[in-house]
Amino acid sequence: MSAAVLETRGLCKSFGALTVADNIAFRLEAGARHALIGPNGAGKTTFVNMLTGVLPPSSGHIVLSGEDITAMGQAKRVKRGLGRTFQINALFRRLSVLDNVALAVAERRGVAQRMLQAASAHSDVRDESMELLATLGLAEDASIRILDLPYGKQRLVEIAIALGLKPSVLLLDEPAAGVPSLESHRILRVLDRLPEHIAILIIEHDMDLVFRFAQRITVLVQGEVLVEGRPEEIAKDRRVHQVYLGEQHV
Amino acid sequence: MSAHAGGYSADPRIRWIESLPWIVAIAAFFALPEYLSLGARILIYILYALSLDLIVGYAGIITLGHSAYFGLGAYVAGILAAKAGIGDPMLQLAAAAAAGALLGISTGAIILRTRALTLLMLTLAITSVLLEIANKATVLTGGADGLSGVVVAPVLGLFKFDIFGKTAYLYCLLVLLLGWWLVRKLIYSPFGTSLTGVRENSLRMHAIGAPVYWRLVLVYTLSATIAGVAGGLITQTNQFVGLNVLSFESAGELLVMLILGGVGRIYGAFVGPVVYLIAQDLLAKQFPEYWYFGIGTMLVLVVMFARGGILGILDGMLANLRRKP
Repeated sequence: MSAAVLETRGLCKSFGALTVADNIAFRLEAGARHALIGPNGAGKTTFVNMLTGVLPPSSGHIVLSGEDITAMGQAKRVKRGLGRTFQINALFRRLSVLDNVALAVAERRGVAQRMLQAASAHSDVRDESMELLATLGLAEDASIRILDLPYGKQRLVEIAIALGLKPSVLLLDEPAAGVPSLESHRILRVLDRLPEHIAILIIEHDMDLVFRFAQRITVLVQGEVLVEGRPEEIAKDRRVHQVYLGEQHV
Repeated sequence: MSAHAGGYSADPRIRWIESLPWIVAIAAFFALPEYLSLGARILIYILYALSLDLIVGYAGIITLGHSAYFGLGAYVAGILAAKAGIGDPMLQLAAAAAAGALLGISTGAIILRTRALTLLMLTLAITSVLLEIANKATVLTGGADGLSGVVVAPVLGLFKFDIFGKTAYLYCLLVLLLGWWLVRKLIYSPFGTSLTGVRENSLRMHAIGAPVYWRLVLVYTLSATIAGVAGGLITQTNQFVGLNVLSFESAGELLVMLILGGVGRIYGAFVGPVVYLIAQDLLAKQFPEYWYFGIGTMLVLVVMFARGGILGILDGMLANLRRKP
């Protein structure tokens, strides 16, 4: 077993009497392609929100590259290499595609707080952003505002922004959500080409995409880990079939 | 003079059309010598509106209490001149700026932890508290009677403030030029672009590791500093400070000016005060009792039919012209 780059130990989250995460023990290994699946309301997005610092856990620990980040703020986690995308687009809608990515690149490079030099004078930020857009096939759309961009491409910009942070761990929250199946292949192609050193945790409902992409799958049900294993193991697991298809179909 | 949004591909060089306000201002100095007092007031309100545009238009901070910083700057300059015997206009302005900055950072650090309606109410509370302090501290402020006896020494020891308002006009124009340069520089900088990012989607700014709260506190402080300077100028040109500088009406009036001109466009802060104050001057002469009706009608029309303000209308017209073969 190789070293875990991201790990949770006994992670719990409750809203009053409602428990949405129950004692989750999870490991993401360096360079892994890992999927988190589960029916609606399983607590997948809550889990991601706890990992990224949007929600504080009720108890338990989150460890990133050997460091306990449970009490750490969102921004510090990002600086330590934790990037994410959102299930519902969280883009800068009135800014260009280039500026969407450049904002992330500038934050990572530590130039975003500079006041006296023009942003366009930072050609390193612009060049890196353009390079990133080119690798995702978005170079021609660089000057287009997000508002005027097709939805499928907006999903790619979501990924581009996260990649602009050069994360060691990337959490992809339903990257193909709302994208027609024909276009989701384009997203899969992009995911396949992501740098190997990035550990990726993908949360996805599109099982075709999950089984083609992931090397390991964790199934979450009602806030608990039901099972974890290789895709072929998960595909055969009776409990997973039960959760997705119901008792009578198993 | 379209929206100035900055960004990593925006050309920061000053375009020829941006010299237009300055040409008009200089032309007005020679062509309309009897209106220089009104002119100086307009220039001050442009600076004040620029400071508001920085936080409302670019950072997306909603406020109804910007008069707190303007009013504090006005009183600090006035108290220095009338009570402490410090007549040097530069020192007065520096003190007004410092007071605005200090109040900006101390209040911003508290209120910018909140959002939406809570934030709006807190900004209103700050200016109301300051208004009441100024009202009660009669020894320093003159209370409801206002602060008179403001003495302003010649600018740089050379240029005396004259009764025709020539020095005041040019002095305000110079300070406005510096303020405009600073605001423009900020908007085109990486910091300005990140502010636009916060306005557009603060959730995502957090997710890319931006210290959103501190960025907002910083821009709020800068804006309060500029508003403090504008307040100092109003004291120096009027040589009197009244409680109205701290009033909610003053803050609301400023917001109306900015909306009229166009929010988040730099030059909306130029157009709005010019249109508003000239309309106010003309309407008040023609219809002393109903002049606000005209202003109100103008605002309703802009809000209903031209969300981008007067500059937004011009932008739309220019875009249509460009589209035509």
